[in-house]
Amino acid sequence: MKPPVFDYHDPETVEEALDLLAEHGDEGKLLAGGQSLVPLLNFRLARPENLIDLNRLGSLTGIRREHGSLQIGAMTRQSTMEHSALVAENWPLLTEALSYVAHAQIRNRGTIGGSVAHADPAAELPVAFSALDSRVRVRSARAERTIEISDLFVTHLTTTLEPDELLVGIEVDPVPERTGHAFVEFARRHGDFALGGAAVLLTLDSSGSCERAAIALLGAAPIPVRATDAEQALVGAAIDEKAIAAAADAAIADISPTGDIHGSAEYRRDLCRVMVRRAIAAANRRAKGEPEPESSNGVID
Amino acid sequence: MPDKRHVEVSINGETYSGEVEPRLLLSDFIRHEAGLTGTHVGCEHGVCGACTIQLDGEAVRSCLLFAVQADGRQVRTVEGMTEGLPEGELHPLQQAFHETHGLQCGFCTPGFLMSLEPVLLEEGELTDREIRERLAGNLCRCTGYQNIVAAVKLARERVSAPASGANED
Repeated sequence: MKPPVFDYHDPETVEEALDLLAEHGDEGKLLAGGQSLVPLLNFRLARPENLIDLNRLGSLTGIRREHGSLQIGAMTRQSTMEHSALVAENWPLLTEALSYVAHAQIRNRGTIGGSVAHADPAAELPVAFSALDSRVRVRSARAERTIEISDLFVTHLTTTLEPDELLVGIEVDPVPERTGHAFVEFARRHGDFALGGAAVLLTLDSSGSCERAAIALLGAAPIPVRATDAEQALVGAAIDEKAIAAAADAAIADISPTGDIHGSAEYRRDLCRVMVRRAIAAANRRAKGEPEPESSNGVID
Repeated sequence: MPDKRHVEVSINGETYSGEVEPRLLLSDFIRHEAGLTGTHVGCEHGVCGACTIQLDGEAVRSCLLFAVQADGRQVRTVEGMTEGLPEGELHPLQQAFHETHGLQCGFCTPGFLMSLEPVLLEEGELTDREIRERLAGNLCRCTGYQNIVAAVKLARERVSAPASGANED
């Protein structure tokens, strides 16, 4: 229950960090907030020879709007984004997703970039960023590139990042007007890993019909999944109970979640359907500016 | 043996220094190097919350930080809560835990106190559900949490009462 021996590096600049990554590549591990990595070290499930601590890289922190898009530094703490008025006002899906991320003590250390790069299939932020068609900015000593979030995740805990690449930030485009959002999930206890969930963005036209829909599923696969069939089924439709049910059915038509001790595959599949249904209904309500129902903080009673 | 590093960590206002391996957890530095055993170590993987301390004023898990990461930073542990108080007097939150039976075996209590101390200063009313959310990151296997919720309410009443109208922070 104590971490194995490692060589510790705490670079003060991104360039220094990139040089260390280039040098240590596969034998190196990046330490961001440490809320997933340090448990793995304590259990000795991970035994990196080198640990490159990013916590001194002040230039990777911060949230700002540039040309309308949200720019999030990779080392921004989850609690910082949770309490950001800019994010709550313009990208409320992210604020809502963060309310499900572990507990306050974890969010005080956990970082946005770390959560994305760790690629845990039960994590909320990768799903929310998928619904928002976000991009990640990546740097190495060799080059710099931008990766669409849909090209980032490979399978659980695996991304398309090269061993010498550092995720430096995340970009999110502005959300169109008349868009409602909802992030819902089900976990045995609030703050636990979710068994299933959904992030939904619905844009309505002036007549109240669906102009654009984005539906991302949590727990449907080892990576965040966009339910494109369900999205297409909603476009052009008036969002009523029938349309919502049809979209939820379409969302789970092609998924095959992995069953485990916490829930069978069949259970998780059905759970995703229910989560999608609730998320579409909530997003529709918010797009229309209807009041929130009592005690609607996402907890399923 | 890997290189050791010199660290200086301010804990409850006092500086503790030492030569440590980078893999030394902050929780172990606090207990074994600084000798402050009020911080308890439960699961050592960030789940139970027993080792919660405050780093630069924020509640965090000390078992998920390395001592080298706290170099030059301000740490507050449960021992700091009674500093400046007359001998034998408890912090309002500790007093409330005592009066409402918010603890039984006491193992988890230092972590709860560190997590909940900032909650005393939160403005506005907190519902029971909101208080439960604040303490959801700490596990207690004795109390069933009911009396911990009562302790938070009592302490919040007492802390806000004398300073009402002037407690803008």
